[in-house]
Amino acid sequence: MSSHDSHAQGHHEMGFIRKWVFSTDHKVIGIQYAVTAMLFLLFGFFLILMLRWQLAHPNTAIPIIGGFLPESWANGGVMTPDFYNVIGAMHGTIMVFLGVVPLSVGGFGNYLLPIQVGAQDMAFPKLNMASYWVFFIGGVIMFASFFLPGGPAANGWTSYPPLSVVAQNGQTMWLLGMVFLITSSLLGSVNFIVTGVQLRTKGMSFFRMPLFVWAQLVTSFLLLLAFPPLEAAGVLQLMDRVFGSSFFLPSGLIVSGEKLTVSGGGNPILWQHLFWFLAHPEVYVLILPAFGIVAEVIATNTRKPIYGYQTLIYSMVFLGFMSFFVWAHHMFMTGMGTNLSNFFQATTMIISVPSVIILTTLLLTLWGASIRYTVPMLFALAFLPMFAIGGLTGLPLGLAAADIHLHDTYYVIGHFHYVVAPGTLFGLFAGVYHWFPKVTGRKTNVALGKLHFWISFLAINGVFFPMFFQGMAGVSRRLYDPMVYAHVAHSQGLTVLSSYCSFILGAAQFLFLANIIYSAFKGKKVESDNPWESTTLEWATATPPPHENFPTPLEVFRGPYEYGLTPKGYSPQHLQEA
Amino acid sequence: MIVIPYVDKPHPLTGVTNAKFGIWLFLASEVMLFGALFSTLIILRTGSANWPLGSTELNVPLATINTIALITSSVTIVLAWASLKMQQIGRFRVYMALTLLLSAVFLVIKYFEYTHKFEHGHFPSTSTFFAIYFTMTGLHGIHIIGGMIVNAYLMGPGSAMWKKNPEQFTGRVECAGLYWHFVDLVWIFLFPSFYLL
Amino acid sequence: MAAAHGHMGVHIKAYIGVFMALIFLTVVTVGVSYLHFSHGMAIAVAMFVATVKGGLVAAVFMHLNNEKKVIYWVLGLTAVLFLLLISIPMMLLCH
Repeated sequence: MSSHDSHAQGHHEMGFIRKWVFSTDHKVIGIQYAVTAMLFLLFGFFLILMLRWQLAHPNTAIPIIGGFLPESWANGGVMTPDFYNVIGAMHGTIMVFLGVVPLSVGGFGNYLLPIQVGAQDMAFPKLNMASYWVFFIGGVIMFASFFLPGGPAANGWTSYPPLSVVAQNGQTMWLLGMVFLITSSLLGSVNFIVTGVQLRTKGMSFFRMPLFVWAQLVTSFLLLLAFPPLEAAGVLQLMDRVFGSSFFLPSGLIVSGEKLTVSGGGNPILWQHLFWFLAHPEVYVLILPAFGIVAEVIATNTRKPIYGYQTLIYSMVFLGFMSFFVWAHHMFMTGMGTNLSNFFQATTMIISVPSVIILTTLLLTLWGASIRYTVPMLFALAFLPMFAIGGLTGLPLGLAAADIHLHDTYYVIGHFHYVVAPGTLFGLFAGVYHWFPKVTGRKTNVALGKLHFWISFLAINGVFFPMFFQGMAGVSRRLYDPMVYAHVAHSQGLTVLSSYCSFILGAAQFLFLANIIYSAFKGKKVESDNPWESTTLEWATATPPPHENFPTPLEVFRGPYEYGLTPKGYSPQHLQEA
Repeated sequence: MIVIPYVDKPHPLTGVTNAKFGIWLFLASEVMLFGALFSTLIILRTGSANWPLGSTELNVPLATINTIALITSSVTIVLAWASLKMQQIGRFRVYMALTLLLSAVFLVIKYFEYTHKFEHGHFPSTSTFFAIYFTMTGLHGIHIIGGMIVNAYLMGPGSAMWKKNPEQFTGRVECAGLYWHFVDLVWIFLFPSFYLL
Repeated sequence: MAAAHGHMGVHIKAYIGVFMALIFLTVVTVGVSYLHFSHGMAIAVAMFVATVKGGLVAAVFMHLNNEKKVIYWVLGLTAVLFLLLISIPMMLLCH
């Protein structure tokens, strides 16, 4: 491969930049997204570990790191309340928008969707490349905001006005970063939908597509239609901050003892409606790809068809549709009145049904299965009860009366972390271990993988389970110093437990990183293109897949999960003979 | 060599090309974008004690000219596409040029409108009326600029594709037209919302 | 080729026809605004005329009167969600 050659057509040698940096190959773009996202996940995790130190040992200098932080953030190594707020806002923003979604959708989705439908690339390869680089710029903006004099945004990942409008910090950069991230998502979602519908290979009917593809398609519709209102809201908040408008500033607002000299007439609750209009579908964007990955891993490692394949599809589609109708359950405490509360409470109860169906069908798949306890399967199996806990703890939050007590407490933090952390993140770990052999052609170290799993599983429960009890005991979110309130100090034992489990969890991730980095270059090479004996089309390619995925187009003869129906034990989709 | 199907021929099941499907998906997201802003307009207007009558604050005759300019540009761009369907590349360029000219007229008038407002001390910070007026017409204007860039490209360097793949090029012009009609559609609602009510 | 021209001729007539209608409706809507109807009536009339104009652009210029089902489905879903967005002002009145 010549590094001076800059031709980009056909099988000509492409320069390094054209092949690995500005590539239009969905596989390269997928890896770019995945690596960038994982770096952001590490950064977001690192931030919260500092915060957990402050909670466990209030007003004590953060070991080692405290010495390196600027005085405005760590006074003599002790985290300042301002920095606490920064971490609160940026941890959430980074994990959701720069970590999980880019990894699950940009990374896994980009790499696998075209291959699993039998296509040579996405429908719009150049648009795909553009969407990565727009995401990258958004990430750079978010990261760069840490170096602003006033620091980055510190107004919650939710950026509620009036605070977010009057705040003298990097909120403007947060908004600009979000505009880029949202644009990237929109471009990507158009690509995914067109590819999934139009570029399916011969014989790949809709009801022969893997559940991973279905999950990505529903996710793409959510991104396409739910993000624009937040983009609009972001523009409005930018107008308020930069041009002094009053979209979200009510009349007569007093800040720091002085009346604001703005026109007023705005409505802070408008921001909340527009924000949550996206942010609720966003949580289904967070979970759906994980459902898809877990389904693939369970099918492969149970050696039987997924129970209720069609039911799962209808449930995911219904879930996606309903996700637009529940958003104000995040706003029960804004004085909505009983009519509105009742409506959103009802829709929220309804939306729990497809989630339960999805979990149940995956669980029923295990019945009578010949389970292979591979590392991906351990994560996929753990996903099921972890997501169940996350989902069940969402129910009292969705009931307006119970939410009065639980809103803005640690119960909420416990709930949403269960679905995203031992939920989605475990699903993503399963995906990394499962598809690693196909992407790299090498195997990961099994012992390290199992150690990573067990330590993470135990530690992560140690971090988040206590939070349900703390929440029910009235411990509020976003408290800088637990010792200030007696009822909070009372559960300090649990706070310390959470914190130390989070440190152990952090340490365990080094096992993961060491494993995948070492194995990517020095791991044992796979002996076959299909080491897991799986049925879906990505296992029919060479390893790693060539530029065009399928030099000769494949034809599909059956559904995606025909396991255990023949003596061979599995029937790949593309083989005429079962 | 990567081969992407259904670039110039429609998919047998859906009956659309990738680009046609893609542009409609994009327009769907734009409906949600402007929908959120129209929602905001309704909220601000109903929540205001003294929302001005459009004609007292804004220049109705100029905006009417703009409306006619944009509607005409919608006709010229669809005629540009029709010319390609009738294999008349020359006519295509003429109609595209007219579309660009009318778009420029729109932007120039908008420029005069805005500067007139600023000279009289009307800014987004002045009131929620001006805040939403500038935001929505400004965002609309940015969409016009984006469309003009695409249209200019298709009229100019992009038209080289006509020789190599006339169907794909015609499809591209159709998609650019769809986007342009959408921008016109938004204005059809913006115009009365701000200027006539 | 003549057949293709003929086929397009039908369309071009439609485009010119719609153009005339749009100009006419623009004149109507501006003219009506000078009549100073009551607040609610003015909004209703203006939005009605805008909807007719928009409908003509969508149906004829954007070829939606003869599009494929997949596009109709996407737009149908979008319409439902758009209505949901427009209902937010009503929700804000509940607060």
